[in-house]
Amino acid sequence: MSASSSPPASAPSQLFNMDYEDFIALLFTVRDMAITQFHRIPGSAILTRYIKMSYQHDPARSVIELCLVIFAIRYLLAPKYSTQKKNFVKLRDDEVDELIEDWTPEPLVAPLTEFEQEQIEKTPVIAGPTGPKVKLTNGRTVTNLASANFFNLANQPALAESAITTLRTYGVGPCGPPGFYGTQDVHMDCERDIAEFIGSQACIVYAQAFSTISAVIPAFAKRGDYIVADEKCNFAIQKALQLSRSTIRWYKHNDMDDLEKILKKIERDSRGRELTRRFIITEALFEDGGDVADLATIVKLKWRYKYRLILDETNSFGVVGATGRGLTEYYGLPATDVDMICGTLSTTFVGGGGFCCASNEIVHHQRISGLAYVFSAALPAMLATTVSEVIKMLRENPENYIDPLRENIKTFHAALAKTDSLTITSSLLNPIISITLNSKKEMSDDEQDRMTQDIVDECFANGVLVTRVKRIVAPPGMAKGPKWFGWNPAMAVKVYVSTGFSKKECEKAGGVIRSAVTKVVGRRR
Amino acid sequence: MPRKASSSVSSIIDTPKRATVRTTNKIVQFFASSPKPSSGETKLSSSFPGALPKLSPSLSLPTISLSTATGENTSEAPMVVFSPEEARRTARKHAQFGPLLHPSHKHVSQNLDGKDLAEPIEDEPPYFIMFTTYFSYLILIIFGHVRDFFGKRFKSRKYTHLKAQNGYAALNSDFDNFYVRRLKKRLDDCFSRPITGVPGRFITLLGRESNDYNDTFRMTGEKIETLNMSSYNYLGFAQSEGPCADAAEESIRKYGVSAAGTRAEGGTLDLHVDCEALIARFVGKPASILYSMGYATNAWIFQSLVGKGCLIISDELNHASIRTGARASGAMIDMFKHNHMGDLENKLREYISQGQPRTHRPWKKILVVVEGLYSMEGTMCNLPALVKLRQKYGFYLFVDEAHSVGALGPRGRGVCDFFGVDPRHVDILMGTLTKSFGANGGYIAANKDIVDKLRAINAGVLMSESPSPGVVTQITSALKMITGELNTGEGEERLQRLAFNSRYLRLGLKRLGFIVLGHDDSPIVPLMLYNPAKMPAFSREMLKRKISVVVVGYPATPLVSSRVRFCLSASHNKEDLDRLLRACDEVGDELDLKLSSGIAGGAIPLPEGVTQEMEDERIANGGKVSAPRWPIEEVIKRGVQDAKLPLR
Repeated sequence: MSASSSPPASAPSQLFNMDYEDFIALLFTVRDMAITQFHRIPGSAILTRYIKMSYQHDPARSVIELCLVIFAIRYLLAPKYSTQKKNFVKLRDDEVDELIEDWTPEPLVAPLTEFEQEQIEKTPVIAGPTGPKVKLTNGRTVTNLASANFFNLANQPALAESAITTLRTYGVGPCGPPGFYGTQDVHMDCERDIAEFIGSQACIVYAQAFSTISAVIPAFAKRGDYIVADEKCNFAIQKALQLSRSTIRWYKHNDMDDLEKILKKIERDSRGRELTRRFIITEALFEDGGDVADLATIVKLKWRYKYRLILDETNSFGVVGATGRGLTEYYGLPATDVDMICGTLSTTFVGGGGFCCASNEIVHHQRISGLAYVFSAALPAMLATTVSEVIKMLRENPENYIDPLRENIKTFHAALAKTDSLTITSSLLNPIISITLNSKKEMSDDEQDRMTQDIVDECFANGVLVTRVKRIVAPPGMAKGPKWFGWNPAMAVKVYVSTGFSKKECEKAGGVIRSAVTKVVGRRR
Repeated sequence: MPRKASSSVSSIIDTPKRATVRTTNKIVQFFASSPKPSSGETKLSSSFPGALPKLSPSLSLPTISLSTATGENTSEAPMVVFSPEEARRTARKHAQFGPLLHPSHKHVSQNLDGKDLAEPIEDEPPYFIMFTTYFSYLILIIFGHVRDFFGKRFKSRKYTHLKAQNGYAALNSDFDNFYVRRLKKRLDDCFSRPITGVPGRFITLLGRESNDYNDTFRMTGEKIETLNMSSYNYLGFAQSEGPCADAAEESIRKYGVSAAGTRAEGGTLDLHVDCEALIARFVGKPASILYSMGYATNAWIFQSLVGKGCLIISDELNHASIRTGARASGAMIDMFKHNHMGDLENKLREYISQGQPRTHRPWKKILVVVEGLYSMEGTMCNLPALVKLRQKYGFYLFVDEAHSVGALGPRGRGVCDFFGVDPRHVDILMGTLTKSFGANGGYIAANKDIVDKLRAINAGVLMSESPSPGVVTQITSALKMITGELNTGEGEERLQRLAFNSRYLRLGLKRLGFIVLGHDDSPIVPLMLYNPAKMPAFSREMLKRKISVVVVGYPATPLVSSRVRFCLSASHNKEDLDRLLRACDEVGDELDLKLSSGIAGGAIPLPEGVTQEMEDERIANGGKVSAPRWPIEEVIKRGVQDAKLPLR
């Protein structure tokens, strides 16, 4: 009876019981099999022993380890998130649309100030060739002391003829970067001529002077490297330092003690760390102020502290030194003492582009990683041959160029020194004379701008074209940041001396400038 | 018989056949004699490749065969040789700028439908090629490391520049330098080949050889005249004679060799002012500034436009000069996927709504930077779409026309001209004068207030040298030639020749079965090689055939997409392009480069009665696309006709 009444209830449970036992048996079999398999793995015994022992000796450790394993699994399975968007505010589409509707950008450039407007209007436009005397588009003929035409070669007929010959063989542009069929034989000749002239192993020519050093420095100096630079270095160098992302230390302008102090400090700081590249960077003749770098001491320090030296000879190459080979010649040092010498070919050499003289391997590296070389079209052939021609002229008769220029600089200095309203900060070697004004009152930047511009205007009214230092104002919000967002040199009137003037003309022009300064400064007092 | 300037542009576009018919009688004869293709052959069957050889003899569509064309040319152009001197002069002239062989070898570069630009379809190589490419790099890297390992121990003298010594850190990082030493050096003979003379239609290479595995080269003194498929000489203005060179000569005589100084000081000549006015007028902007170097224009411009609190959104394939300039500006920089307008819009929405990072202040300015024509891809920016986005989101648009100005558009005025977009909608138009104008330098064209401000604050104006008189005159005269003020008609012919050449070569290469990148009208035609070893192989094979090409690999391109890049020029004529096509055909077979699947074009023309829509539908429904592998003769025979139709 029980058999007849129970089946509906007990049969499934019996079945379940049966299955459950089977299941347990199966589990044990699987476990046994797994254990056998596990033991077959080489090293498994060690693992078992390790777990057993750690459990026996220190159960807490096993728990911690288990937690760590769970955490690791959780971490690996966790969804990826960006570390940058921590601050992300999730918005609905209509909110985004509204924000887009509301957003009004600032104008692309700030409105022109009155002073800037005046500057643009007063930029001289020369009608016809440049030279010591130029005719401007407004019809006036003036004495030109505003063009970097130191040896008065810009309009020399022989050079023009040689440029024309090149033009008739090579056309104008090389239509491609040096790496892609832009290297013409004249470029190679020009590079060889410069290297031979300066006395270095090799040379590379860039298509623009201003972009040369800002390509050279970042090609070598990278993040983590040290750069020790003069605080008055020009804007191109500063931009190069910005692009290099290296660690920058500024030393006080031309202060060798300060330089040595910084070099010592870096040596101390980096002791025990991995050795990184170190550079000292200075200008030969400073754009800001016009004085001469103390190259002899710098070279000594560079050897002592094992730095590489990069020298910007933009204003000195061709005009400084007995034969125009630059500051190394002036100090009687071989050019190879300086690791990289950069300079311009567009002023003294009236061609175009810039160069970097260095050892073969440094030059070779730039051909691959000097951005302004790799990604820019090569220099027009006729500018390269012009440079070669000028170098030839300089090598043959340096005295025809260097000596008269030096004479003229002296004459200007003498003519200007007759008043106490001004100070000449530039060196006697420098064909760009920097004149700062002596005023008793402290002047703001704007006032200084105004005053120097007044002097330029006054000289112009008297038929002498001079120019002045122009600053680049850092954009708002960046004035306190790194200095390379702006360029704020000492305000000065600049006079570009040339061999195209006779002594008398120099004296006369010097006199005009002197009286203009006296007049404007006097008006101010 | 060069086309007169007065003949309307639209006639060529709308009815290419009619225009061709009118020009020569010979073609009319071809038309008359050409039998109508039988209806059986017009059926679109899946047996495309098989049908092709059968198709060719019966389908004598109007074509201009090379022999006919050259024959005609000799009857028109004074090819009669008067003296050896004259012959030499003609040969020299033609080496710089090839004569047009037939008036039909011209086309107008223009976006016909005025719509957004369709993305070019990118073809992919077979997996086998991808695998071998990766594998080659693996082998190169392993070999490089093995050689470094032993070299540093046994030949340490050669590795001094990579090791710290004497208290000086290594000049180059071993790691950064690895690619250059171990991969690039193997193909150094294909780079920086020195040249002499004018880089025109032909280019004269100076022979060199290396006995130390490309460590150093020795000049052999030989001169090799090769077909120039490498210089950025789009309009063929690289010439040492002709109106531009004459003007440049006169200018040097008058102004001397240099303007000596910066633009802001005594370096501005009346030449510069005139040239700037001309450029502004040409590109359709109120004002412009001229710089002495194209790279530098970009490298120094951004810091005058944007700074802290501003955002630059830049196309990921933008040129190094833009990257340098953007980095120097201090603004925040982000990139969007190449030519991907959707990605750009997403970025814009996010950035504008989120504001500046951390502070959430609104951005001061957002500057979107694109190039008109990308030099490694041959693609154009999608200007119509960008302009729409600009109107919606209010960012500033900067278009770098380094390659596109002069090379695109019915009047050669760049991408705006090509798409028929008013230049008003682009805030800053930048361009270089190196490429289409055969000179050097760059320009910025914008509204007068922007240009004036730049004159006052831009370092490129205040501190960099002013362009030389001869170079400026070259620019001025080339511009005048394009606009028609000088040698009326010649500029237009150059533009149309370039457009024709670009389409003809691209179509030809696609039909031969190569994978080619870029838009149809772009004068930059990259042909994909993939395997790194095929770069030197292709370049050397081409040099054997006296053709100079540029091969580009990593790091200028992604690792696996090594390529060869052909730059077309108005100075090339059909003969040159056919020579190149034949060479590519041979080398392509040898190096296994014919890899296209057919999705990116090159298919045989549609039979009559089948429209493009029908064909698209067939493919969309899973219809088979056959891989194009045209025989070379067929490519040449039908190229002229088909290059002017929408390419497929």
